[in-house]
Amino acid sequence: MSALLEISNLSAKVGGKNVLHGLSLTVNAGEVHAIMGPNGSGKSTLSYVLAGRPGYEITGGSVKFQGRDLLAMEPEERARAGMFLGFQYPVEIPGVNNVYLLKAAVNAKRKELGQPEVDAYEFLQLVRGKMKLMQMDESFLSRGVNEGFSGGEKKRNEILQMLVLEPALAVLDETDSGLDIDALKVVAKGVNSLRSADRGVLLITHYQRLLDHIVPDHVHVLARGRIARSGDKTLAHELEKRGYDWVLEVA
Amino acid sequence: MSSEPIDALLGKSYRHGFVTDIDSDTLPPGLDEDVVRFISRKKKEPEFMTEWRLKAYRHWLTMREPHWAKLRVNPIDYQSISYFSAPKRDPNAPKSLEEVDPKLLATYEKLGVPLHERARLAGVAVDAVFDSVSVATTFKERLAEAGVIFCSFSDAVQNHPALIEKYLGTVVPHTDNFFAGLNSAVFSDGSFVYVPPGVRCPMELSTYFRINAKNTGQFERTLIIAAPGSHVSYLEGCTAPMRDENQLHAAVVELVAEDDAEIKYSTVQNWYPGDENGVGGIYNFVTKRGECRGRNSKIAWTQVETGSAITWKYPSCVLRGENSVGEFYSVATANNYQQADTGTKMIHIGANTKSTIVSKGISAGHGQNSYRGLVKILPSAQGARNFTQCDSLLMGSNCGAHTFPYIETRNPSATVEHEASTSKISEDQLFYCLQRGIEEEDAVNMIVNGFCKSVLKELPMEFAVEAQNLLAVSLEGAVG
Repeated sequence: MSALLEISNLSAKVGGKNVLHGLSLTVNAGEVHAIMGPNGSGKSTLSYVLAGRPGYEITGGSVKFQGRDLLAMEPEERARAGMFLGFQYPVEIPGVNNVYLLKAAVNAKRKELGQPEVDAYEFLQLVRGKMKLMQMDESFLSRGVNEGFSGGEKKRNEILQMLVLEPALAVLDETDSGLDIDALKVVAKGVNSLRSADRGVLLITHYQRLLDHIVPDHVHVLARGRIARSGDKTLAHELEKRGYDWVLEVA
Repeated sequence: MSSEPIDALLGKSYRHGFVTDIDSDTLPPGLDEDVVRFISRKKKEPEFMTEWRLKAYRHWLTMREPHWAKLRVNPIDYQSISYFSAPKRDPNAPKSLEEVDPKLLATYEKLGVPLHERARLAGVAVDAVFDSVSVATTFKERLAEAGVIFCSFSDAVQNHPALIEKYLGTVVPHTDNFFAGLNSAVFSDGSFVYVPPGVRCPMELSTYFRINAKNTGQFERTLIIAAPGSHVSYLEGCTAPMRDENQLHAAVVELVAEDDAEIKYSTVQNWYPGDENGVGGIYNFVTKRGECRGRNSKIAWTQVETGSAITWKYPSCVLRGENSVGEFYSVATANNYQQADTGTKMIHIGANTKSTIVSKGISAGHGQNSYRGLVKILPSAQGARNFTQCDSLLMGSNCGAHTFPYIETRNPSATVEHEASTSKISEDQLFYCLQRGIEEEDAVNMIVNGFCKSVLKELPMEFAVEAQNLLAVSLEGAVG
């Protein structure tokens, strides 16, 4: 097993406030890790820091992604290297076709790899197949990116993009929030279809229910900016029963 | 996010900035009745034209520059401008493209003007106006078969004086405004189109305007007449070389649509906008107006305005005929120190007239972009309808977007709707695209093109691509 992502002693500030305090976490290829924790514990900050969002200041520690210094890479480089962030609140980009953005993303990655642009027809076939899996209507292809989508549609669209881009590491930030049980199953099916020996998934969630459908190899509790406790999937059940206070007290 | 790749591209931001070295036949600066007579004589105009010009000139002397727009304009010295500049001609002027100065043709080549065979393949007929004189008009023959007249304004004055006398100044009279008055006195060339009854013009008509000579103004005049039941689509492109001084461009365009006729007029304006410090650039003071004279007639203006230091332009529709339709689709950008005050006027006179206004303003750098639009419904316009949508996009924090909608309704049965929005290219949108691996520059282009989509889709296909590229070039360096 090789380490896909190695976070060591990471500290970060946002808006002048320290949010991550010496966080360490290793994700190996083939593993699914769930990160749980109360509001304000630093879950979303972790996802933005990994993706390289401007405004997040790294104050200490290091992050290696496939052996490379992730923190030295531009956000678009990280994406092309195989880091995908499924946004908690996917933004609307009016007038830009959903499929157009997707194709631009795929071609950006192919350009980096020295490959020619994707064939338009083959690409459409590929996307159509993935849309079927995500139970999305074809009309979503030509609609503006997330424009007028419901909360659930936006999340499904995130997973669709992930399936097309086939990242090495998917960081999914509360992809389950705002989903009804049927949509949750569809999203879980999409994520599970991507699981493989050479990929990793970092699931950020509040609730255990997502983990009934995407069964994690490891569960971590994030509290006050660091990993307070780690365990297997049974930890999630325990949290569901006893709440986070129990972990916080122990920590 | 690094802005280096964008900064690196800034240097090539105005790729039409070359000067062609050709002997020009240029009048010394200054304006008086003799200059007006000189221009008219030079063009061998019939007496009615000379008189028309002189009348306009005398009236212009009584007029004042308009200063109501939200623009800061350096004072213009009308006596320091040369009012006529023509590429020098032999006594045996070129009669065909083969005889045209190869340097001139090379200029068009650089501009990508599809003259020659390329033009035929692209299905475009081009009337190219260099400084003030029309150089070559292509495809007259094929158009002549359809009965369409498409020629330089000068040729039209020589060959179709009755049409000129009947229509010239009937939509934009010389008394209309200061710049239209000036144009009426000194215009030197432009394009003329007449589409006979029931004819659908077999190809897109296109004119390319270019200001080349130094210290000259360009005052072209365009007149398009669509007879009953006819249809024409006309494209206009504009470029000018880079110069440190400001150059005046004051054009007039008049459109007339008779019963059941339709005119689609598209502009991609890329006059030199000045440098990144606001030095130089074209002062663009243009009067464009179309009159839907007949029942069920339609006039649609589509414009993509990326150039000029100053843009003062309100392509308008006078909806006189019953059931006539006016449309205005506009994208205007103001980057660096560009200033744009642009919009439209929809004057509803006939019953059941309809108008649509879609305006997209993009401001970046220190650019100031104003939408100014008038929707006027006269008492006779029973059942008139207007829909206006006016969106502004801001890039950076030193630019400005302003909206000045004027609505005058004098018929209670009219429906007028106005929607407006102002937004910033959000960091969220940009980061979302970056996170998908897309370069910042490509992401900005994508977001801007998405914003302008409802206007760009109104452009003929070959122009839409050019417009998208222009938008990309004109906004280089705007984010970062």
